[in-house]
Amino acid sequence: MQIFALLCILAVMAIASFYLGRQRALAVSGGNIPALNSLPGYYGYYMAFWCALPALCIVVFWLFFESSIVTKIVVSGLPDAAAALPKPQLDLVLNEIVNLAQKNTAAEQASPEIAAAAQHYSRIKTISGMTLFVLTITLGIGGAVFARSRIHVHQRARNKVEGTILVFLIVCSTIAIFTTLGIVLSVLFEAIRFFQMVPVTDFLLGLEWSPQTAIRPDQVGSSGAFGAVPLFSGTMLVSVIAMTVAVPVGLMTAIYLSEYASPSVRARSKPLLEILAGIPTVVYGFFAALTVAPLIRGWGESLGLSVSSESALAAGIVMGIMIIPFVSSLSDDAINAVPQSLRDGAYALGATQSETIKKVIIPAALPGIVGGILLAVSRAIGETMIVVMAAGLAANLTANPLESVTTVTVQIVTLLVGDQEFDSPKTLAAFALGMVLFAVTLALNVIALYIVRKYRERYE
Amino acid sequence: MNKPSGGKRVTADRVNAGLARRRAAEKRFRSVGLLSLLVGLAFLCILFFSIVSKGYTAFQQTFIQLDIHFDEQFFGTETEHALEALLSADYGGLIRKSLRAQFPDISNRQQLRQLYDLVSSGAVYQLRDRILADPGLANQRLKIWVPASDDADMLIKGHIKREVPETARRLSDAQIAWLDALEAEGRVSLKFNTAFFTNGDSREPELAGIRGALMGSILTLSVTLVLSFPIGVATAVYLEEFAVKNKWSDLIEVNINNLAAVPSIVFGLLGLAVFINIMNFPRSVPLVGGLVLTLMTLPTIIIASRAALRSVPPSIREAALGVGASKMQTVFFHVLPLALPGMLTGTIIGMAQALGETAPLLMIGMVAFIVDIPTGIFEPATVLPVQIFLWADSPERAFIERTSAAIMVLLGFLIAMNALAVMLRKKLERRW
Repeated sequence: MQIFALLCILAVMAIASFYLGRQRALAVSGGNIPALNSLPGYYGYYMAFWCALPALCIVVFWLFFESSIVTKIVVSGLPDAAAALPKPQLDLVLNEIVNLAQKNTAAEQASPEIAAAAQHYSRIKTISGMTLFVLTITLGIGGAVFARSRIHVHQRARNKVEGTILVFLIVCSTIAIFTTLGIVLSVLFEAIRFFQMVPVTDFLLGLEWSPQTAIRPDQVGSSGAFGAVPLFSGTMLVSVIAMTVAVPVGLMTAIYLSEYASPSVRARSKPLLEILAGIPTVVYGFFAALTVAPLIRGWGESLGLSVSSESALAAGIVMGIMIIPFVSSLSDDAINAVPQSLRDGAYALGATQSETIKKVIIPAALPGIVGGILLAVSRAIGETMIVVMAAGLAANLTANPLESVTTVTVQIVTLLVGDQEFDSPKTLAAFALGMVLFAVTLALNVIALYIVRKYRERYE
Repeated sequence: MNKPSGGKRVTADRVNAGLARRRAAEKRFRSVGLLSLLVGLAFLCILFFSIVSKGYTAFQQTFIQLDIHFDEQFFGTETEHALEALLSADYGGLIRKSLRAQFPDISNRQQLRQLYDLVSSGAVYQLRDRILADPGLANQRLKIWVPASDDADMLIKGHIKREVPETARRLSDAQIAWLDALEAEGRVSLKFNTAFFTNGDSREPELAGIRGALMGSILTLSVTLVLSFPIGVATAVYLEEFAVKNKWSDLIEVNINNLAAVPSIVFGLLGLAVFINIMNFPRSVPLVGGLVLTLMTLPTIIIASRAALRSVPPSIREAALGVGASKMQTVFFHVLPLALPGMLTGTIIGMAQALGETAPLLMIGMVAFIVDIPTGIFEPATVLPVQIFLWADSPERAFIERTSAAIMVLLGFLIAMNALAVMLRKKLERRW
């Protein structure tokens, strides 16, 4: 909240500087506005930027580093015995101090050392807040005064302002790169730490997945097994089921809509199908778990089959439904890109419409369709909520769609939801799985885009 | 071609002979196409039907009318301890007393407990709030509608079947008889479920509401919008209008296209590792959720904004440059206003995606059980889809209808947002 108030003050100061800067420029020009290098408003922006930007940098810097610096100071102020504690205990102590300082816990229960540290903490916190406040305001005023002193008739304010804006645009556009970099580095680092505890080969080739590690080191039994093959096979099984639903339905829908349907049918049914793509996955998950799974179970039992209540089939079918519009719109694009001359040629040879579609259009559109299907597969692999809610947790190595399987995404969620420490193989395993997931979906996307692009070049 | 003339007739015969088969195949193919379209639409209908048919009952809640006597506890409320007395009074006792008065012939303790279970545990707070709002009610007899417990609610709505043997249902025969007796007296009624819209989460289905989750969603989306719209537009402007085509701009483009297809859960991993582990942001807060969703929706907004910028004809730029505007002035005063409707449309669609997103928010801990309604972006919160996920996991029968109802609210928002986007596109977008 303090920060928010500070930002508001800063905004007001910047607006004021804008008007002051413009006024200054008008005054400097002595009424002869054309003599100015830039329009008067640019001098206003120039001054406003000088007022706000350096101060803003300080605020952002503070936001990122304040807590760690304050923590360091508080720790150094602790008695030596406490400061020498291992990190987890130290974190607990710090938590206690912070809670006490924020008056979340009653002061009477705390030991004197903690109480002293809490006082120390709140004192530092106050000092830090004051410093930030004073520094920001000073920088803001200083920047504005400096900028104002530089305003004169020949000052190229517009170029400076536009240069600053350009820098902002460039910085924004690099965020995409930093995001990718962030994803790669964060999963990679944690995955490497995981592979120091569990060998890569065990992870990629092991057939046993039971990530529950013992709570106490002396406990008997499971030390955790991290063979991810059952997860990969489960993911594949669910994706294959999804694609068996989505590809025929989606492809035939696309063919019907682009080749047979009248424009009005097409105009009405396409947006309706697109709704399927816009429904949140958690809704599909609910639908799969509460409607489809019991239905399949009921059918299976009436046929005398034993169906798990969290069968791969239910999750797969619902995921397939979700992907239908994805497949159909991508196939639609591919089919529409086939030139009319190919169709006319086929008709001229006496082919019926369906023969033209099967023998000419589909082969011609095949790269685009395959690209679309690959994108859909990458979607199916990365889909989380449907499988979290409808597929199971047990890592069975099976190809039977009526049994319960688990997937990579389900395991990531179960391993990371709730409290966790970042040095157990259990949590780190989630990042290793994330890395596999990222790599596989990235590869599928790159291949798909490559195929699609190559195909497009042929007809354009 | 060089066959004898008889051969031609043979070819024609063969073609004619095959015609029926080929026409049948044509018809078959066509109907398979139509069938798949109908299958897709049927799935949509089934999905909506199943959600609505499960969820519409949640907008009503069973209430039981009790005769409450705010008795001697409330004497002397004019003293200086008035507020404390009002806060600490035994409201549960009042309800129990009223129920006992209703059924005087029950004396068995176990049966009494069953009787008390018909009324929601939240009724206590309702009475307290009532008298806190109007202390003048002390020592008065009132007829008050209090919410029934979830099991009683389910019976009245017909989700608990009377035919089921007693051991297999959550209400005993006696409880059903009492409810029937109350109903015969006109003391049971279904009313609009305001608690569903005004309460936060609760372990008791009849008290659980979506307001907390809705506020969390609004806060999270505000953060997302404030960050992703300017950044997305700035990126699109740079790439379309300023960037020189080189390795660097290619790299940015490839990155954006790939990010658009990265599974959302991976963004959750990023958020967990970077924002929470490295930057030490608190868990479960809308700020972090908004940051993660920003990174996720940026590609959508950038791609839509670039398309919007591309649809502005070059003549606009040339005209502006021709009268002496700088490149920056051209873009900001002439191109951007014309591209803005398209950008807004893309942003709304991106926001709709973000509103429905669950998986990355699970990673950063927005799954906590939070009763309080969040008021700021630094307070723990949950969002609507996550609330749906949490409720879907709850064993109580009454949560099924509430989950469906929450889904209906979520879908309502999504449909409204998409309709807004379509309307914007129709109204403001210009064809050149």
